[in-house]
Order: sequence, then structure tokens, then C-alpha cells
Amino acid sequence: MEIVNILVQGILLGGLYALFAAGLSLIFGVMRLVNIAHGDLIVVAAYFAYFTMQALDIGPFTSLIVVVPVIAVFGYALQRGLLNFALGDDLPPLLVTFGLSVIIQNVLLILFTHDSRRLYAGPIEMVSWKFTPDFAIGILPLIQFVVAVLIIGGLQLFFYRTRIGRNFRATSDDPAIAQLMGIENRHIFALAMALSLAVVAVAGVFIAVRTTFNPFYGPQLLIFGFEAVIMGGLGSLWGTLAGGILLGLAQAIGGQINVGLPFTAGHVVFLLVLFLRPQGLFPKVSS
Amino acid sequence: MTGGSKPPPGAKVVHSTIASRIGVAFWIVLVAVLIAIPYWRDRQAMRLLTEIYSFVALASLWNLLAGYAGLVSVGQQAFVGLGGYTLYLCALWAGVNPMLGLPLAGLVGGLISIPIVVLLLKLRGAYFTIGSWVVAELFLQIFQLVPAVGGGSGISLPATVVLSIAKSRSTRESVIYWIFLALAVAVIGVIVILLRTRYGLALQAIRDNETAAKSNGIDVNRARAVVFVVAAAATAIVGSMIFLQKLSITPFSAFSINDWTVNMIFITVIGGVGRVEGPILGTVIYFVLREFLADLASTYLIILGVVAIGVMLKAPKGIWGHVADRFGWQLFPLARRLVRAVQPRAEPVAGLV
Repeated sequence: MEIVNILVQGILLGGLYALFAAGLSLIFGVMRLVNIAHGDLIVVAAYFAYFTMQALDIGPFTSLIVVVPVIAVFGYALQRGLLNFALGDDLPPLLVTFGLSVIIQNVLLILFTHDSRRLYAGPIEMVSWKFTPDFAIGILPLIQFVVAVLIIGGLQLFFYRTRIGRNFRATSDDPAIAQLMGIENRHIFALAMALSLAVVAVAGVFIAVRTTFNPFYGPQLLIFGFEAVIMGGLGSLWGTLAGGILLGLAQAIGGQINVGLPFTAGHVVFLLVLFLRPQGLFPKVSS
Repeated sequence: MTGGSKPPPGAKVVHSTIASRIGVAFWIVLVAVLIAIPYWRDRQAMRLLTEIYSFVALASLWNLLAGYAGLVSVGQQAFVGLGGYTLYLCALWAGVNPMLGLPLAGLVGGLISIPIVVLLLKLRGAYFTIGSWVVAELFLQIFQLVPAVGGGSGISLPATVVLSIAKSRSTRESVIYWIFLALAVAVIGVIVILLRTRYGLALQAIRDNETAAKSNGIDVNRARAVVFVVAAAATAIVGSMIFLQKLSITPFSAFSINDWTVNMIFITVIGGVGRVEGPILGTVIYFVLREFLADLASTYLIILGVVAIGVMLKAPKGIWGHVADRFGWQLFPLARRLVRAVQPRAEPVAGLV
């Protein structure tokens, strides 16, 4: 039963990685921007939740009511104020978001020092369903996973059933024609960034309940999201979920072999998938 | 790469311009002065200069990747660290003289980069960038896990190894200084020579328009792979030298993105991506800023980040690119002009850079 336990924990963790990945692939899909500062913005959301919880004396999940809209507005402003000017060529978007990543890390370091923090969710952290002595499912990881699946399903519906979603897809297919049809790209890009950050703000708060974070935690989250995107296959949301789950499984099994090994195992499985199946598990666009 | 690179009969390709002749004279004088520096016996200046040389070399190699081959790597720390560890382990396990450790580091870095580049070239554009980061992270974790290479606490270089370079301290420091200078000059020299070959022309074509380059018969992936391996080997050599001077190595110092790659990127972006002169100017700016703002490392990095973003948005070719475009400067003989050779008066037919 122990192996089942490990696998289930890995799958549940994978839901969070899928959320990081969904945010990353959303903005790549709409504006061909790979945001190197993605992970650092997740950490910003976690810090923001930390201080919102203290100021209002609320729990991490309640804090989402404040954190998600504020981070989304921040994303909108970031896109219109900075990132829209970096789009176009290959180098500027990469290097501008790379610079942004370094700036965010060091601003966080100056403001909040190198101390590790965690968001405490209270007694719910300890609640779990015990099926057998060595197989239990914590209620918290389960909630996280269910929320992740719901958000990914919601994004899927949003893209294919709403007007803004259609505008996203149109801009993704051909920004110039979309513009001619009366869609304002700059606004659409900013909305995409706002939505991406709203999604990862939820994931950021969840991960900060699970593990400690510090100003330099961002790159690791970026890499997790990236690995999930590539393993899942570009352009497919459900593929991204599968990629996240695969990463979660790899880390859980790796961590079982050696406590120092989970991330290494994740990277190795990622490189293996890249070698054996570079288009990912469920590619939307066959190349 | 077929055709196009041979000039028509009776004409030849000329690389130098008046500006580049002045430039070459300038570099020769500068290097001559720099070679003489150890005779002043200013220890602090030498220390600073060796650091400058190492960053000129590292940033120039990053520039070769990003500015010419279109490979934006954020994982070059993998090769800096690998070079350092190769030198240490060769000295510890086999008693290899550190001077022999340098080429060995290059060999190991180059060999290991081959499977890496094969794998990473499956990723396009920006995804290549993050992929390179994953590889560097993997190196960091493996070196932390393996006790044979010192694990998380790393290894120190025994005094005997250091003494084997030269017995007296001042000779040793001078030797180390000259090696760093030689590395920087060699890296730039190799890049200039590479850019003047057919490969260089191919790289510049890829940089300017990948699709057009492909349709002219350039094997883009092959050219990129070659550049990646060359840059990895050279980065490993520079890395081995950096850690020879530091006397100890840990996974975190060796594979630090902040110590190595962040600086390479900021230096190159500010100085000028895709120009050989860019990283040289960028390094000078980097160290001048650091002398004035060095109070707090994080404040300094924030300022560098803001400057780099500003440059990227306002002058994407960097400070040197901006200036050079305006005045037509080129301090290296890298231009390509077709000149009729047999005619009494050499007359440029077509000027293409």
C-alpha cells in the first residue's frame, strides 16, 4: 500500500504544477512570450498572501479573495506598462523578463530578508482520510488537486465558450488580422497576463501552504511549470495537467528513493521525455 | 552552406575598414600595456583586472551564443562549474598539474556539452532557454549528492597544487594574471576568426533571419550545435581558471546562476548583443558601476536589471551597437566588402556587413 500512497501524493502535487504550467502556456499561447519571471511573480503572490493574512487575520484560502484580484490587476499593469513594449523579436521578451526576475528576487530580499516563510492553514493541515495504516489522503492536498482540475477545466471552457476566450484564440492565431477585426491586442495581451497571474496566484498560495518559500524560490517554480508544459505537450491544457501529474509522480518516487532526490528525479524524467518524445505526451499541434 | 561564400573571379573579400584598422592598433597597444601591468606590482589592480578578464571572456562567449547563434542560454553556469570541478578533481585524484587541468576542463566541458545540445535543440526559442536552466540545475543537484566530489560542502585545493604553479607568491600572481589575460584575448580572437569564416557568415545570417538562412542551405541546427560546444569548452576553461584562483569550490558557488550567467547576460545586454565589442564595453561599464554602487549586492543587481531592461527596450543592440550604427564604427576587422582585386584602383562593388 505504501507505493499507492506515494503515487497518490505525487498525483495530488502534480495538480499544482499543472497550474503553474497553465499560466505559463496561456501567455505563451496568446502572445508568444515565455515569461522568465513567472516563478518570481508566483512568489510575489505568496508574500502578498502572507501579509494579507496577517493584516486581516484570515486564513490562506480566504486571503485568495484579496490576493487573486490584486495580482491580476498587477499583471494587467505589468503587461501594459512594460512587457507589451518588449514583444516582437526573440531576444527582448526573454531578456526583459529575465531582468525582471532578477529585480523581483532582489527587491523581495531587501524587503523580507532571506528568511523562509510558510502560510499556515490551521488545523485543516492535519486532517486526512486514513484508508490503511500506510495509505492516507490529506484533505488539503485533495482540495488543492480538485481546485487545480476545476481551474484547468474552467480555463478550457473560457477559451472555447466565451467572447474574450475567442479573442485570445484569434490573437494567438494571427495578431495582425485580430487587430484588423477590432480586437485591441495590447488590451488582450494584458488580459491574458492578468488571467495567467490570477491562476498562478491560487497555485502560489497553495504551494506556500505546502512548503516554505523565500525570495529565491521563484526559478524553481518556473522550472516546474516549464517541465510540466513541455512534458504535457504545447498548447493542450489537459496535456499540461498530465505533464504536471507526471512531474509530481517523478518527484514523489525520487523523494522515496533518497530525500535529496525529488527534484533531480523530476529533471531526469523531463529530459527523458524530451529525448524520447520531444513533442510531449499530448501535443495539440502535430509537428 | 553552399555557394555564395566564394567571391567572383577577379574580386576578393576585404574584412578591414579604416575604423577597424584603428581599432586593431588600439587593441594591440591596450594588450601590450595590460601585459606589462604585473611589473607595477599593484596587487589589488591585478586582482580586479583578472576578474574583468574573466567576465570579458565569459560574456563574449554568451554573446557568441545569444547574439550570433540565437541560443539564449541561462545555463552557462553548468560549464563554469564543470570546468572548476574538472581542474580540482584532476589535481586531487591524479595529481594533474593545474596548467594541464585547463585544457582538460575544456575537453570535459566540450564533450559533456554534446549530448546536452542534442537534447536542448529539440526545444525552440525561449523553451531552449529554460531547458538550459534545467540542465544547470541538474548539475548543481548531482554535485551536491555525490560524496566522491565533496557533496554539498565541496572541496578545497591543497596548497601543494597551488605551489606547483610557481613557488613565490608574486610570480604565481603574475602567472595567473597573464593566463587570465591570455584567455580573454584568446576567446575574443577565436570569436573574431570564427566570424570571418563561412561558419561566421552562416551565424550572422541565422541571427539576421533564420528562415532566409535556412532557405540558402545553411544547416542551422548544425551551426548552432558547433557554437554551443565551442562556447561550452571555452566557458569550462575560464571556469577552471576562476576556481583555481578561488582555492575552494562548492556546488553552489560553481553552479550559481547569479554569480555567472546573470552577470554575463547583463554585461552583454548593456554593452551590445551581437557585437564583439559589446561584452568588452559592457564589462567596463559593469565594473565602473560596481565600484560606485558596491555597497549592497542586491541593490546593485536591481540597478543592473533596470539598466538592462531599459537598454533592451530603448536600444536593443546595446550601447555599443547604438554608437557603432550611428558612426559606422567597427573595432574588429569583421566587415565583408567585395573589392575588385586586379583593377589598378580598388573600388568597392558592394558593401555588405
